Amino acid sequence: MVEEAQFTSYYGRPIIKPPVWKSPEVPLYLFLGGAAGSSAVLGALADVTGRPHLTRVARLTAGGSSIASVGFLIIDLGRPERFLHMLRVLKPTSPLSVGSYILAPFSAAAGATAAVELLGWFPRLKRFGGAVAAVFGGPLATYTAVLLSNTAVPSWHAFHGKMPFVFGGSAMAAGGGLCLAFTPLAESAPAHKMAIIGAGIELAALRGIERNDSIVAEPYHRGRAGKLMQAAKACTASGLGLAVLVGRTRPGAVVSGVLLAAGSLLTRFGVFEAGVASAEDPKYTVVPQRERLAARQAGDRVASNGHASTITR
Amino acid sequence: MTSISSVSAAYTGRDPDHRLYGPLPDVQGEAGYDGDHPARVGFFTDTSVCIGCKACEVACKEWNALPMDDSHGTRDVIGLSGMSYDNTGQLGANTWRHVAFIEQSRPVDLPTPTFGRPGDDRQDSGPSPADGPRDTQAAAQQSVLNAEALSEFDPQTGQSGTDKQIRWLMSSDVCKHCTHAGCLDVCPTGALFRTEFGTVVVQGDICNGCGYCVPSCPYGVINQRKGDGRVFKCTLCYDRLTDGLMPACATACPTQSIQFGNLDELQARADARLATLKRQGVETARLYGRDEDDGVGGAGAFFLLLDEPEVYGLPPDPIVTTRDLPAMWRSAAAAAAMIIGVALSAVLGSRRTR
Repeated sequence: MVEEAQFTSYYGRPIIKPPVWKSPEVPLYLFLGGAAGSSAVLGALADVTGRPHLTRVARLTAGGSSIASVGFLIIDLGRPERFLHMLRVLKPTSPLSVGSYILAPFSAAAGATAAVELLGWFPRLKRFGGAVAAVFGGPLATYTAVLLSNTAVPSWHAFHGKMPFVFGGSAMAAGGGLCLAFTPLAESAPAHKMAIIGAGIELAALRGIERNDSIVAEPYHRGRAGKLMQAAKACTASGLGLAVLVGRTRPGAVVSGVLLAAGSLLTRFGVFEAGVASAEDPKYTVVPQRERLAARQAGDRVASNGHASTITR
Repeated sequence: MTSISSVSAAYTGRDPDHRLYGPLPDVQGEAGYDGDHPARVGFFTDTSVCIGCKACEVACKEWNALPMDDSHGTRDVIGLSGMSYDNTGQLGANTWRHVAFIEQSRPVDLPTPTFGRPGDDRQDSGPSPADGPRDTQAAAQQSVLNAEALSEFDPQTGQSGTDKQIRWLMSSDVCKHCTHAGCLDVCPTGALFRTEFGTVVVQGDICNGCGYCVPSCPYGVINQRKGDGRVFKCTLCYDRLTDGLMPACATACPTQSIQFGNLDELQARADARLATLKRQGVETARLYGRDEDDGVGGAGAFFLLLDEPEVYGLPPDPIVTTRDLPAMWRSAAAAAAMIIGVALSAVLGSRRTR
């Protein structure tokens, strides 16, 4: 553990404003968006390879999760009745604007596909809707990492290169896990594989963040965020182990699938809380910036993206 | 129209025109205004002459009809911060000017109690007309005051032969109206916009309260108003500017600590003021937000400070978050492709049992 850093602040007050996003709405949105995106991709591929049960489960997961995630996103707005203002403009500099143009077509396509799947109407339209959802599924699962990273929150911004892989892996663990849990064994092999690979990527990318020796990795180990990250890793690792060992039995599939989804959910809560904690303590704003300044003044060539993680302490 | 052309910068990472980062000589032009737009305006806040009267805070609240709040930004609550003469606490949705107050003490060796005008005790501060009489005065004091007596007199300041010298720092903080404004970049609705004066303003009838601008400001200026849901911040009195008036805070400031004007004129004035102070031996004076090569491309509202920025609650090296956005989009695209690849190999690599 790094020793306590010396720094100055204005009466210990935060420098940046902590996010005003609501919890649990926003972490739930991150989780549901990931599960929806990855299961939509899985569903479309299962459809074209003739796996009707897996297709059905994946479509219902994608549709249900995306509709719920839209609901949580709207509830989080300060003026929910103005949610359509999100589609006034398209700004590539705003991940939330780009994300709105990913989420809107995705949730429309995935929601409609899930609805006709339940009702049993229009089989061709179903395949088209599933394909549209699959196109937007990957971006939906990873844009949320950019959403968090593209802020001044130290413990989010510093890891902007790794966060999309945490979220992408977590999305596959959640989507694959849920599809694994609810699909008959005869067709669940693709979900089983996706869940295992996704959980592996999630754990590896998380390790890359937590093992970073920069001070901004500290909030991932401390307090509420630290406990959530521990729980997330425990769920994901045990889910991964069970999936490998007994994932091809019905009870094993259910238990490991649910554990992987729970791990993904806890990861989103942990990352969210770590960011909030790093914003609330001026240490995480001042110390990395001081290090950056010191490195610049020492004439060191700071890497072009100039982050604290590249500077030795 | 112009937002289309900024697509390339955000996606490719090539930013030769400094659309995301770096100096930008014509911010209004970059935002799409015609060549005959007004000059860029701003604030130069010279904290070396701030007396902490908070007239700027009052004028701002009055003109902009801002709700009352306490030092933590809680609306419609009155209360003392309990930390200093600063009961305003921070900038936020309901506070667009905030006078920071810092009391600093440093140990000095007795017997040199400080009397007379501020600065007279500073070494190398040049000749003083009081030099002659002051020497005899100090000698007289030495004869009656000693460390022991003083420490008995005031146990708080007298500690083992040293006394403390006190100075007060006061600084009126405000939205920086950055050249590259994080809040403006990330706003998904277009509620935040660049005015013809080069300032950054929220349109209250557009903002849907998504809150994305709040953690994206590297200075922690903008915030959501509880009970309203939308975000608010300094408009640099956009309404007054369009009528040819000065912003309320600059109008109210009794010491010209807050100076309003065209940005290039203010920059020249600040450079001259810094040179004067340096010549007078104020080694700690520095300009903050003046450098157009800094992380936000220079600020429209910049400061002359007498200590490190973080002492005043300002970030020492702020960088607009969207500088790294091209790299983020590339990572997200790679991760999305990874999901497709994993799903494809999972599906194609599994044999159907039926």
